[in-house]
Amino acid sequence: MLLIPCPWCGPRDEIEFSYGGEAHIAYPAEPDELSDAQWADFLFMRHNPKGDFSERWYHSSGCRRWFNVIRSTVTHEIRAVYRVGEPPPEAGS
Amino acid sequence: MSFDGSGFWRAAEPKPAYEVVVVGGGGHGLSTAYYLARNYGITDVAVLEKGWLGGGNMARNTTIIRSNYLWDESAAIYEHSLKLWEDLERELEFDIQFSQRGVLNLAHDLGDVRSSLRRVNANRLNAVDGEWLSPAEVANFCPIINISPDVRYPVLGATLQRRGGVARHDKVAWAYARAADRLGVDIVEHCEVRGFDVRQGHMTSVETSRGSIRATKVALAAAGHTSVLASMLGLRLPLQSHPLQALVSVLLEPVLNCIVMSNAVHVYVSQADKGELVMGAGIDAYNSYAQRGSFHVIEHQLAAAIQLFPIFRNAKLLRTWGGIVDVSPDASPILGTTPIDGLFLNCGWGTGGFKATPGSGHVYAETIANGKPGPLAQPFALERFETGALIDEHGAAAVAH
Repeated sequence: MLLIPCPWCGPRDEIEFSYGGEAHIAYPAEPDELSDAQWADFLFMRHNPKGDFSERWYHSSGCRRWFNVIRSTVTHEIRAVYRVGEPPPEAGS
Repeated sequence: MSFDGSGFWRAAEPKPAYEVVVVGGGGHGLSTAYYLARNYGITDVAVLEKGWLGGGNMARNTTIIRSNYLWDESAAIYEHSLKLWEDLERELEFDIQFSQRGVLNLAHDLGDVRSSLRRVNANRLNAVDGEWLSPAEVANFCPIINISPDVRYPVLGATLQRRGGVARHDKVAWAYARAADRLGVDIVEHCEVRGFDVRQGHMTSVETSRGSIRATKVALAAAGHTSVLASMLGLRLPLQSHPLQALVSVLLEPVLNCIVMSNAVHVYVSQADKGELVMGAGIDAYNSYAQRGSFHVIEHQLAAAIQLFPIFRNAKLLRTWGGIVDVSPDASPILGTTPIDGLFLNCGWGTGGFKATPGSGHVYAETIANGKPGPLAQPFALERFETGALIDEHGAAAVAH
């Protein structure tokens, strides 16, 4: 089980959280202008790196706030945690 | 010592060029190579495997075979696969321990009941066998299931596909490998793909840990690692890789005569011929390539399994493991051509690729040989995420494949 450091509540067990997938996917600024291919990219296409991944977590059984995590998908090591709206920090190493 | 299958195929050295290079020596890659050779006479084929043959998800799945999917497109491809399974031991001259002992899909609430009945009706319209069983009929078919209404997830009924079953997964890989090898296919293990050479939109060669290999047709069959390969080509895909965990108990007397699946409680179980209970869990929520997941997922699964099967209460856990599954947004595979000429894609089978091993390879070989998909593969093209013609199988596939 992951030990996830919530930026508001501190380290808590993974079972207190829900996963939100890839971070930093902004809703299109001009949705009326998008082509089908651009909609497909926004809705469905995702980074899926073997390595560091920026992802969203929701502290559903705690403070009920969303935040972002940079985590290795190879070792599961959490390299950085930052709040929504903050720029991603330089990942460790 | 268990038999590892080596000796059934030559340990081929990679040649400088092939007509077709298949990336991934799991079930789908091997069956693709076999059908390329058998159905289309294309024998100048290499299967490149970065590890050992059949050592990825092929060795890690829970071996369930069924075709009772909801939508026409899925029923067609999975039923095609099941029909190939039914003749596979004869065709490949190999005892793969294919056993059609029946698959139960349990319903635990009114929504489950309605969607299950709908699925049975859809299956019958597609000439896929399916039956609805009442709780009493479930207990009659599988006596060790607890049908008490007084549990957290009571059994309100189940669908039954009698033609569903299991097969010994690694023997399936060896059987296809031997058959492909006999037809002239080179199976190259410990050969990792590290890059591709694409010129003016055309595939020209594959860079590997054992040198460069020229090929104008390259067919990916890399399951959970497809995104890693696609990123080398700048190709964005709608895939996320997750751990999917499974486990076995110690060897027990025969107690379970069929396969039981429950989407709602995230458990599916069968008993291997040797005696161990084989159980699968749901996927871990997070993306991972680590081939392991979190223990609470297994705990959750076992809690549900023990309530469904009180007789399992004292069974000892022998081993758990994880595989990496590539999950697509509509829980359906992605199969076909790509914007790069000569690059073919077969991925997104998620948690349920094993059952599709023969059918997937069969239609993928057709796609590669003809340069375009046939009728069974066509609906599963990557373009569906642009057109919106999704094949939403979350109801029939979900976590429990």
